[in-house]
Amino acid sequence: MRIFSRIGYYIKEGVSSIFTHGFMSFASICVIVACLLIMGSFTLLALNVQRIIGTFEDENIILAFVDDSLDDAQARDLQSKLQAVEHVERAEFISRDEAMESLTSTYDKEYFDNLDSTVLAHRYAVYLDDIAYASQVQNAVKDIPGIARVNANLHIARGFITVRNIVASVSLVLIVVLFVISLFIMSNTIKLATFERREEIAIMRMVGATSHFIRTPFVLEGFILGIVGALVAYLAQWGLYELVTEKLIARFSSTFISTLPFSEVNIPLLVVFGVIGFIVGVGGSSLAIKNYLKV
Amino acid sequence: MVQMIDVYKAYDNGTKALKGISFELDDGEFAFLVGPSGSGKSTIIKLLTGEIAATEGRVVVNGFDLGQMKMRKMPRMRRTLGVVFQDFRLIEKKTVYENVAFAMRAVGASNREIRKRVPYVLELVGLNVDPKRKPQELSGGEQQRVAIARALVNNPSMIIADEPTGNLDPARSLEIILLLQKINELGTTVLIVTHEKDLVDQFSKRVIAIDQGRLISDGTGGYYTYENIQ
Repeated sequence: MRIFSRIGYYIKEGVSSIFTHGFMSFASICVIVACLLIMGSFTLLALNVQRIIGTFEDENIILAFVDDSLDDAQARDLQSKLQAVEHVERAEFISRDEAMESLTSTYDKEYFDNLDSTVLAHRYAVYLDDIAYASQVQNAVKDIPGIARVNANLHIARGFITVRNIVASVSLVLIVVLFVISLFIMSNTIKLATFERREEIAIMRMVGATSHFIRTPFVLEGFILGIVGALVAYLAQWGLYELVTEKLIARFSSTFISTLPFSEVNIPLLVVFGVIGFIVGVGGSSLAIKNYLKV
Repeated sequence: MVQMIDVYKAYDNGTKALKGISFELDDGEFAFLVGPSGSGKSTIIKLLTGEIAATEGRVVVNGFDLGQMKMRKMPRMRRTLGVVFQDFRLIEKKTVYENVAFAMRAVGASNREIRKRVPYVLELVGLNVDPKRKPQELSGGEQQRVAIARALVNNPSMIIADEPTGNLDPARSLEIILLLQKINELGTTVLIVTHEKDLVDQFSKRVIAIDQGRLISDGTGGYYTYENIQ
């Protein structure tokens, strides 16, 4: 019975304290929400950049256009020569008609209404086994008789990869820094709340309460604040992300930009927010109460 | 039982608060610890409650040798004491009942024990107010009775009252000392720290007098100062 009385007391004290010290509780939740939102936004930005770069990497191909003087059969014969080039994974033949079909399916059809596929050349999509040999392959393909010109925008992909690495590094640093800041602010916020209750803690100590008995309601309070903060941050992040991606999609609908659907990251994000909220809430309150339990 | 044997206390700022104090207090005794401001009374209270440690000497409280004791045993030692303060130190947001029950909860009492014990102790200290009232709605004397009830509720071996009448008028002060005397008669050791000479002199009890960190007299019946002795 004693254990139930004690657990009931911890819960009652932890919860009622949140409302008794309403302003401090509100401030703690706001701090957690703000920090998690910034952390979450950078993480989602990094993930989206990675996704866009990934698309470019997948399309990391060299387009080799066939000389217009070659007939269909001669054009198709070039495939074996192209596949014989070192570091070429495969070469796919794309006829004029297929190229036109691809264009009309990607962009608005009306742009191509009055155009015949003969305006386009037969081409090969040359896939590399390693992007590092791109220029070497490009030169070798260019030298094959029957290839009119080679189109390789590899420098764009390389640029995006650099951007991805920078965004990932900056995000990682920011996440770590913001985590430490959240812990610090949370600890100080709870320290202020604890300071208001130093008399209560002194009385508890005086009547022979153990450190565990004194600490538990505070830690429980921190835990609740951390989890509530994490949930609010998650919902805010969800709303914010949907709003931003909706605007991006509306603006860049005809380009390569495709954002990560929130449904793909909602569970991991909720778990990460929950874990951070837990650590910041429980860790912050434990740090805050520590000084008052020394005597 | 309390034993202070040749106790010295120097604070970090160099103040020498106690200079070789020795006295004993037997179980069931009633004593006043008197002395002017700055004489070292509060330091003795802090030593007895384990808030600070002696620089030299030995302090034993209810069988706990505070100099040798591990910190984790401090709560157990404090449960043998009930402490009453001049400013009552009641928690404003809690009711009278909750203030007293809180001390029982802190030592792990069950709800049933609390429901049984708290009304009994409130009656024992003669508090005739609604226990659902908040401390700030009570008079000073009533607040001090709540504080005494809180000190008593865990059935301590000893009550230490630090200037318990400091914020009360003479009539209420006398009532509080009489209440503490009644508690002593029920078997609890009582040590009252005060500098109120007139009040002390109304009781024929043991008076331990200190001044400038030294024991200047220890006897029954009156408040002594250096001037008295000289």
